[in-house]
Amino acid sequence: MALTESTDPLLQEITGPTPGQMLRKRVFGHQGLLFGGIVLGILLLVAIFAPLLAPHDPYAQSLMTRMEPPVFLGGTWEHPLGTDHLGRDYLSRLIYGARVSLMIGVIAALISGVIGTAMGVAAGYFGGRVDMVVTFLINVRLAMPVVLVALAVVAILGGSLQVVIVVLGLLLWDRFAVVMRASTLQVRGREYVAAARAIGASTPRVILSEIMPNIANNLIVVVTLEMAHAILLEAALSFLGLGVQPPTPSWGLMVSEGKNMMLFEPWLVLIPGAVLFLLVLAINLMGDGLRDVTAPDNRS
Amino acid sequence: MDKPLLSVRNLTIDIPVGGGTLHAVRGIDFDLNRGETLCIVGESGSGKSLTSLALMGLLGKNIRRSADRMDFDGTDLITAGPRKMRALRGGRISMIFQEPMTSLNPAYTIGDQLTEALLLHRKVGREAARARAVELLEKVGITAAESRLSQYPHQLSGGLRQRVMIAMALMCEPELIIADEPTTALDVTIQAQILRLLYDLGREMNMAMILITHDLGVVARVADKVAVMYAGELVETGSAQEVFGAPAHPYTRGLLRCIPLPGKTERGSELGTIPGIVPSLIGDVEGCAFRTRCPHALPECRAEIPRRGAGEHLFRCVHPDGAVSAEDVPA
Amino acid sequence: MSQQKQNAVLELRNVTKTYRVKQGLFGKARPLTAVNDVSLSLPRGEVLGLVGESGCGKSTLAKILLGLEMPSSGQVLVDGQEIGAQDRLSLARRIQPIFQDPYSSLNPRKSIFDIVSLPLRVHGVGQQADWDREVRKILDIVGLPARVMNTYPSQMSGGQRQRVAIARALIMKPEIVICDEPTSALDVSVQSQILNLLGDLRREFGLTYLFISHDLAVVEHLATRVAVMYLGRIVEEADVAGLFDAARHPYTQALLKSVLTPEPGLGVPDTQLGMAYPNPIDPPSGCHFHPRCPMMTEHCRKVAPRSLPTPQGRVECHLFDPESPMTKAEVA
Repeated sequence: MALTESTDPLLQEITGPTPGQMLRKRVFGHQGLLFGGIVLGILLLVAIFAPLLAPHDPYAQSLMTRMEPPVFLGGTWEHPLGTDHLGRDYLSRLIYGARVSLMIGVIAALISGVIGTAMGVAAGYFGGRVDMVVTFLINVRLAMPVVLVALAVVAILGGSLQVVIVVLGLLLWDRFAVVMRASTLQVRGREYVAAARAIGASTPRVILSEIMPNIANNLIVVVTLEMAHAILLEAALSFLGLGVQPPTPSWGLMVSEGKNMMLFEPWLVLIPGAVLFLLVLAINLMGDGLRDVTAPDNRS
Repeated sequence: MDKPLLSVRNLTIDIPVGGGTLHAVRGIDFDLNRGETLCIVGESGSGKSLTSLALMGLLGKNIRRSADRMDFDGTDLITAGPRKMRALRGGRISMIFQEPMTSLNPAYTIGDQLTEALLLHRKVGREAARARAVELLEKVGITAAESRLSQYPHQLSGGLRQRVMIAMALMCEPELIIADEPTTALDVTIQAQILRLLYDLGREMNMAMILITHDLGVVARVADKVAVMYAGELVETGSAQEVFGAPAHPYTRGLLRCIPLPGKTERGSELGTIPGIVPSLIGDVEGCAFRTRCPHALPECRAEIPRRGAGEHLFRCVHPDGAVSAEDVPA
Repeated sequence: MSQQKQNAVLELRNVTKTYRVKQGLFGKARPLTAVNDVSLSLPRGEVLGLVGESGCGKSTLAKILLGLEMPSSGQVLVDGQEIGAQDRLSLARRIQPIFQDPYSSLNPRKSIFDIVSLPLRVHGVGQQADWDREVRKILDIVGLPARVMNTYPSQMSGGQRQRVAIARALIMKPEIVICDEPTSALDVSVQSQILNLLGDLRREFGLTYLFISHDLAVVEHLATRVAVMYLGRIVEEADVAGLFDAARHPYTQALLKSVLTPEPGLGVPDTQLGMAYPNPIDPPSGCHFHPRCPMMTEHCRKVAPRSLPTPQGRVECHLFDPESPMTKAEVA
């Protein structure tokens, strides 16, 4: 079979890095991504191993030792970050609070991600009526003020961790839908999608194995953005007293509880505020970084 | 003979990349007289587009350009500052790009874009500029030119947009036009018309033109001079008659065998091929870059390659007559 | 060379595809006839070249044949069976595409093995071990070494990618391959390799090609029959000698004239076609080609020409209609 020269020298030239190798190289060359990833990783470990790390029971009150200052303001190592107005160990509450924040961020982003991605991909892939309906729903959703709606719902149903998570999950899908719709529209015109359809691949297969891998980078970026968004909203709701209910340790709630004493004991507000800031910053840095390292379609 | 309009010696373009330096263009020389058309032909990665950008001073910031000489009618393009280059571009030198949609600003009307360069570079009034725009649109074969001035680029077809680009390039009566694949995105029928137009206008206005393309058919039909570029070097230069009639370099000969010639190539027969791909130009490049794909390569091809040929027809090869005697069947 | 209709592996009968196009935000939807009453028959083992300018409907026709679009009316028959009556999988086994842009036709996130074996997996042919063997076999046939299986499209050159696309199209041993501008995105030296490969594969496996291209020299080289499309209609169809040596339709003649061969000294030809390709939403009356036709008469403006048989095929032009009132003396 003298078809073509298999000894063709051009075939010796396949030496470039695989997409995976290139990604690895880019990840380790991106400082923001590394910083965000490390901070987020540490906070994640802290949240998971909270019972092992917390020096005290975060719910244990001790009216004898109320409002003790942290060590750097002249406190004792017994309570490194001091105690709150009920004498609970601030460090322990902070550590357990990481669980609440991360759980809300992850689960809310997951719920809204599933809803928004399903809607966006369906709209982008099928177009026509489906697209019209989804676009209409997105517009309706965008016309609703998230905080007000969340406040109203929580006020009616009563605040609790579960309610906050579900409400946020049901409210934050708009960006997923918008971004996934646009990404799908872009990818569905590629010829490899037409090729897969011409091979006879079913619609779910085309969506899952041809389209999804090529829009996953955008999805990850939106996931990080919405996680940060959900964490901040939880803090805001808790601060207003309509989110997580006491005595559950939540960073937003801690800021809220500390605000009465803010002028005299500013660290009560500053410490939870600072970790909240750090967490959101880390997530956003990671999102930006992921967008940077995955965005160029590594074409030559 | 007159002094050439454009004279380039030892133009070199280096691009710093992750693993070293990419020697994209390696010491090319050419001269272009007024009214002449030079076609630079090469495949992707040959450095032909970079060459045109280098002439216009439009290379990216991290790209290094050097030359012994780059002289445009007495102006030294090597030392010319950004201000001087801007005055040249769109004034005495114009450029036409491959994709007219990306080169025309979608937010401005055709008329605004046509007159902009003229108002910028020449002291003329709005009315005169518009009159000139209409005149040129008619010249490039656009009907109802007057009404086109108020249209936006998206309202025109691809062929019309490319004509507008040509009209725009002609607004200031340039002495040199650099056209980078001006017809590649167009249908064959439109391509023929646009090329004809460029060719006729070049003659009429005594413009010099550098046409950059990968299409040997285009080159053969419009070029006075041909420069075949491979891996950053001009491997063969000469008049169109010489290069197509008696190609010497093995690459030129190989390329010509790759395309079916209606009436000459037997239908359905095996076409000639050039096995292999362009070598990496990162790091030091020694000897003939084509040797990895050349059927006539010798150990000597690793050393300095002599420039051979007579008169205008020059080529670089270790073989005294290139691949001519090695290939008994003429291409 | 005239083949009998009964062994036509692919047949189109009066296929029409109409889209509804909205103009502007509040514009009324208007019909756009992308493919207009096309009848073609493609005998087994032949290569039908389909040529025409962009927007003439050739890509829409390819999509209909691949089952990616349904015709608005008319029938498409593969092996005598209507496309609509076959399920998508059995159609996919018979017809496979090769697309123009090898950068867009391979999923950048998949390895070459995943890409080439996708048809086997979709059709549930064999097991993991069989897939591996089959992929190696087809890669060897298209001239790629087996070790490319673990690489990704971004690591390959354009020619290598197009070989991968060909391997994917051929792994299920289809009868018909729709080649949509398969070489126009490639360099000249690579283009000839792919054309040679396509020619070899056709002889080796008895494939039938529909070869869509704007490059007439390439079509002349590879095709056995040629159809010329203009504004959704086949205006001329003939065997390759009949079309390239004795073109009848003025549009075909203009197309042939516009081919630039690498022969110096001939200059750039004057196609005598007016500039504008008409807007398919507003096709010209009568013969759709009349505004650009150098032979146009009053009759062409009013009456659409009918399809007339010629010794090598057929043509739609009043010039060749003995019943048309038009004579050459009236040429405008």
